[in-house]
Amino acid sequence: MADATLAIERPAPRPRIPEWVEAILVRLAGIVAALLVCAVLLLLQGYHPLLAYADMAVGAFGSRFAIEQTLLKAIPLMLTTLGVTLTFTAGLWNIGAEGQLTIGALAAAWLALNHPSLPALVLLPGMVLLGLLGGALWALVPAVPRAYVGMNEVISTLLLNYVALLVVDYLVFGSWADPTAFNFPYSPAFSDTARLPMLFGDVHLGLVFALAATVVVAAALGHTPWGYEIRTSGASPGAARYAGMPVTRNILVAMAASGALSGLAGMAEVSGMIFRVQQGLSPGYGYSAIIIAWLAKLNPWAAVPVAILFAGLLNGGFALQTSKVPAAITYMIQAAILFLVVAGESLLARVRRARAAAAQKAALGGAR
Amino acid sequence: MSEDQLVRLLAATIAMGTPLVFAAFGEILAESSGVLNLGVEGMMLVGAVAAFIAVVVTGSPWLGVVAGMLGAGALAAGHALLTVTLRADQVTAGLALALFGGGLSSFLGKSYIGVPNPAPFAAISVPGLSQLPILGRSVFTQDALVYVSYVMIPLGWWWLYRTRPGLHLRACGESPGTADAMGIGVVAIRYASVIVGGMFAGLGGAYLSLAYVPAWTENLTAGLGWIALALVIFATWNPLRLVFGAYLFGSVEAMGFRAQVLGIQANTIVLRMMPYVATLTVMLLLAFWRRRLAMPSALGLPYSREQ
Repeated sequence: MADATLAIERPAPRPRIPEWVEAILVRLAGIVAALLVCAVLLLLQGYHPLLAYADMAVGAFGSRFAIEQTLLKAIPLMLTTLGVTLTFTAGLWNIGAEGQLTIGALAAAWLALNHPSLPALVLLPGMVLLGLLGGALWALVPAVPRAYVGMNEVISTLLLNYVALLVVDYLVFGSWADPTAFNFPYSPAFSDTARLPMLFGDVHLGLVFALAATVVVAAALGHTPWGYEIRTSGASPGAARYAGMPVTRNILVAMAASGALSGLAGMAEVSGMIFRVQQGLSPGYGYSAIIIAWLAKLNPWAAVPVAILFAGLLNGGFALQTSKVPAAITYMIQAAILFLVVAGESLLARVRRARAAAAQKAALGGAR
Repeated sequence: MSEDQLVRLLAATIAMGTPLVFAAFGEILAESSGVLNLGVEGMMLVGAVAAFIAVVVTGSPWLGVVAGMLGAGALAAGHALLTVTLRADQVTAGLALALFGGGLSSFLGKSYIGVPNPAPFAAISVPGLSQLPILGRSVFTQDALVYVSYVMIPLGWWWLYRTRPGLHLRACGESPGTADAMGIGVVAIRYASVIVGGMFAGLGGAYLSLAYVPAWTENLTAGLGWIALALVIFATWNPLRLVFGAYLFGSVEAMGFRAQVLGIQANTIVLRMMPYVATLTVMLLLAFWRRRLAMPSALGLPYSREQ
């Protein structure tokens, strides 16, 4: 018996493939499988899947203009992804990035519409601040009851997305409506001082915000005591509480920071690309962010290329509309990727369990 | 308020509550067996669009119902495969299902936007009963699917709480290990509950495109699937309490649509926010009262004999 115990402690043989390579392979396989599933659906609807995918690729990365548009859409995707990454790491299901983005955009737009003549050096930092604040406050609405009475945050954050969209409707059909626009539902255009400077082509300063936020979030999660607390809370809230970590406060801080990042995304959208408030401020960035964060395994650095890939997918979908294929194909592909990668990961976990069991058995057998 | 107005308000309350009754009952089945399925919104949307396409193609609303239930059931089968067999995280898998259903329904329904429903379910007056004042006139002048819901709820409650198969289903959600030791097929029951539950979500969606609206537009459900999920907590997994909650939300929704008729001067956009705000308020109150204690003990946990 003593021999057997010793045998278990012997280090297990290293797996042939490192785990991170396995993770990437599972993701690539999931993407290919999702494209195959959606190809079948395209075929059934009478479209040519190869032509459609070729059009999507060209629309996403096929020209200088396409690449610029893809980078432009990667900005809000990166920021919202960082936001949900923070909460998912803390074990909180913040599904409300879409609404937090929207309210951040509205808060920033409030300043732009009410004080259009302020100099850019005052107006833009003010809009950034309000965007951060708007998103954070909107995220605190579900976070406070989650922290203090354990209210389910999945449903509450999601329902608040619908409320946020109606707030936009309320404003653009009401007091923010452009008086010169014949009742079209949008606000007047922002003044030039309320617009973010361009870096190159159509790509605005928001790209710098997104990359800077990536560095900050990666550092905060990986290299600070707070990040360690957040990760512990996510892995085991009981252990975090037992260790004396301020679990309630960390829920509030993680949710607020997450909302602030999405709010910044909203600010960058209205100030860098749309230049007014209108319906449909976001084509579902906050939902794509959930998928991107998951595919990136909650790693802020890995989220950058995945966000660019998904931005390309989004642009490719828009490019398809000219050939009559519904743009919804993009959302279908995105969700199918998540679904199939979750399946792949679960299969992989099962294989690893079996491998570990076999290794243990072999070790025990060897001891006899 | 005149009697006619009251009748119209009550009738609209029931009609608006019906998709929630169907969808939340389906989720009660799945959750009672221990599987959380957050994909209700996606399953409802797929059910709605599949039902609508079927009624446009075949001209038969009942074939529409079948198509809606099968479409949503197929999605639910995917969730069961992921969560029961592969033991994936139920929240992630459910979110994937909700998003996939949303995309799939928009994709399939694109060319059906603006197409009129050739054979919507129409209101049928029950002879005799519909002559009764106020309640009779509102409860018994509804379409066929609402009458289905009247029968389904007491039957569903009786099946779940008073029969052996219902007990087995709940045993899988309370203590799958014990259920397994008793010789109950946990995997089979969880599969069946998730799939049948999904079919009811599809029926809820089909009700919207076949009877309530009755047409297809993108994102037709507008969050009803998520409200249904909140209702399951409100109902403490009991189909009878569910009816109360569903009609409560139906009345909030109905008042939004009927406000002008009732002479209430309010912004229509603010009224459209009310169902979401009401749901959030109720969730908050429930969280204070800790009603989650009634939750099936093994909800959200994958079951494996090895562990």
